Amino acid sequence: MKTKRLTVMALLTAAAMILSYVESLLPSVAVPGVKLGLANIAVIFALYRLGWREALAISAVRVFLVSMLFGSMSALLYSLSGAVLSLLLMGLLRRTDRFSAVGVSVAGGVAHNLGQVLMAMLLLGSRRLIYYYPILVLSGVAGGVVTGLTAAMLVTRIPPFEK
Amino acid sequence: MPICGGRRNTRFPPHVGFKEAPLEKRGKNRKKRADLLLIGALVLLAGALFLWQLASRSDGAVVAVYVDGERTASYPLDADTTVTLYTPDGGSYNVLVISDGAADVTDAGCPDKLCVHMGAIRRDGEAIICLPNRTVIQIEGGETSGVDVG
Repeated sequence: MKTKRLTVMALLTAAAMILSYVESLLPSVAVPGVKLGLANIAVIFALYRLGWREALAISAVRVFLVSMLFGSMSALLYSLSGAVLSLLLMGLLRRTDRFSAVGVSVAGGVAHNLGQVLMAMLLLGSRRLIYYYPILVLSGVAGGVVTGLTAAMLVTRIPPFEK
Repeated sequence: MPICGGRRNTRFPPHVGFKEAPLEKRGKNRKKRADLLLIGALVLLAGALFLWQLASRSDGAVVAVYVDGERTASYPLDADTTVTLYTPDGGSYNVLVISDGAADVTDAGCPDKLCVHMGAIRRDGEAIICLPNRTVIQIEGGETSGVDVG
């Protein structure tokens, strides 16, 4: 049982990494941080099927590996702070059982961007960066809706990993 | 046993298998309404933040350049000029053009060129950020409204 669980986690991590890569191929928009957050699909799936600890582990490992492969140390710090903040909030909201996967994912997207902006403000020492937050809230909402709908569909359609 | 609230069983009794107990107590429609409320609230928040920013800033006077959080240069906005800003290690650069009271990055040595695509800035508080070069170019109010500088 434990082995199977670990294997599923590894598979989801791989899926999240591939989604990150696919997203990096898409043309980027004018403002840094505006992304769909496709990797979040795998993370939300894990959150609903396995639990928040597993989802956090998958998200952190994915951020770490993707930064090592395609990014830089500073990219790692931005992504990691965003990913951790986002996951803690999503785990919490899922527990309250008030929102569907879409609401959880939207909150996660906005929290992800907030974590990144806060880390960038810290690293670059510029409080002005908060001026980008409104546009990041909107992009977080849009990305959250897309990933939330996709993840919800997967959660209902992929049969449970019984046994 | 209530499903939500309290600690869930993380030991996975055999009959549950792998699947975590689903939290589907609340009706779908109720959740959907909560989702929409959340989305609406966030969009409103973004709009309010944006309006507040628009209202609270004035035309700037100085273009300041920060690298790694250190202020390395500043230029007056009313004097047209073109400068190439090299990173401390000399490996990359940003071309800063100041014309007609606006600052713009027209070329850069960073891989993603996001800073080039960000467009021109002219109002106090606006900034062009190049994360790969760890450079922030921002408009500051100069002496007249020199509060909250960086």
